[in-house]
Amino acid sequence: MGVMKRMSGILQAKTNKLLDKAEDPRESLDLSYQKLLENLQKVRRSVADVTTAKKRIELQATQLQAQADKLQQQAKDALTQNREDLAREALARRAALAPQLADLQTQHQQVADQEQKLIVTAQNLQTQVDAFRTKKETMKATYTAAEAQTKIGEAVSGISESMGDAGMSVQRAQDKIDSMQARAGAMDELLASGALTDLTNPVDDIQAQLDQVSASSTVDNDLAALKAEIGAGAQAQLGPADDAPAKDSDGAPA
Amino acid sequence: MIVRILGEGQFDVPDTDRSTLDGLEEALNTAVDGNDEQAFAAALGALAAAVRKAGVQLAPDSFTSSDLVVPFADASLAETKSLLDEPGGERT
Repeated sequence: MGVMKRMSGILQAKTNKLLDKAEDPRESLDLSYQKLLENLQKVRRSVADVTTAKKRIELQATQLQAQADKLQQQAKDALTQNREDLAREALARRAALAPQLADLQTQHQQVADQEQKLIVTAQNLQTQVDAFRTKKETMKATYTAAEAQTKIGEAVSGISESMGDAGMSVQRAQDKIDSMQARAGAMDELLASGALTDLTNPVDDIQAQLDQVSASSTVDNDLAALKAEIGAGAQAQLGPADDAPAKDSDGAPA
Repeated sequence: MIVRILGEGQFDVPDTDRSTLDGLEEALNTAVDGNDEQAFAAALGALAAAVRKAGVQLAPDSFTSSDLVVPFADASLAETKSLLDEPGGERT
């Protein structure tokens, strides 16, 4: 048996599970309608889940991008301070982020696709809900018990098949989200552990070294300035500018 | 005949196109059985495209059962295979 017939059998099996075996076919219309409403709620919740997953990926991508930009800036700063070794290290780390970013972009695309499909599924179900609400009343009013048996049966299995399809779409999206959540969790851990240099820790090791270099050059500059000042002061010798320490007995401030 | 593409909707395909679909499905069956990911993607894409081209999409409120069902058109081989293992998918 081919794939299409087998798929049809699978959908049929899922559909049978959805169908309530109501004694009165008219009653099965109401039950199907109820199921349809529940189904619509489920798909809408799934859309919300997918959107949340998408936002999480966006947030991580933003964090990674900021990290890459920061490393780029650090490489520049390091070069300005003649620290090519540090610049090289910063650029190497930046390069290591590229595949992570690419992976996030792929995931983002997949989640966005899922989101789009589920939105369409939700719209279609909404259309079905609206149409079925009217149709079931018409059917109940029009058909005799005998007609109802076949006509209503057809409509109910048609609507159940759509619900089966929607259910499979929701399951599929959920599976995708689950596997993505696992990866997103790993990425969060990676970001938190500092393996990718945590952004919440403003001073990483490269920054610390750069700060040290710039601090020591500041000290050099200050020292030079002081030397110049003292040199000038020694030449002028206009008397000491220092205040004598206050006497112990009389500590009152001026 | 009514053909559903999972996640996409139903299409009314003229019976005269049946042989075309059969041929495309055969390639899909072979790819599934041979575990050939590349051939699978190509065959599934071709089958879904043929259904969309030959068929007229039914309105979502048509409430009809389908004769044939095409898997999610962008599904991987692994995903489709695991779906085919579900109840109802036996090759009787």
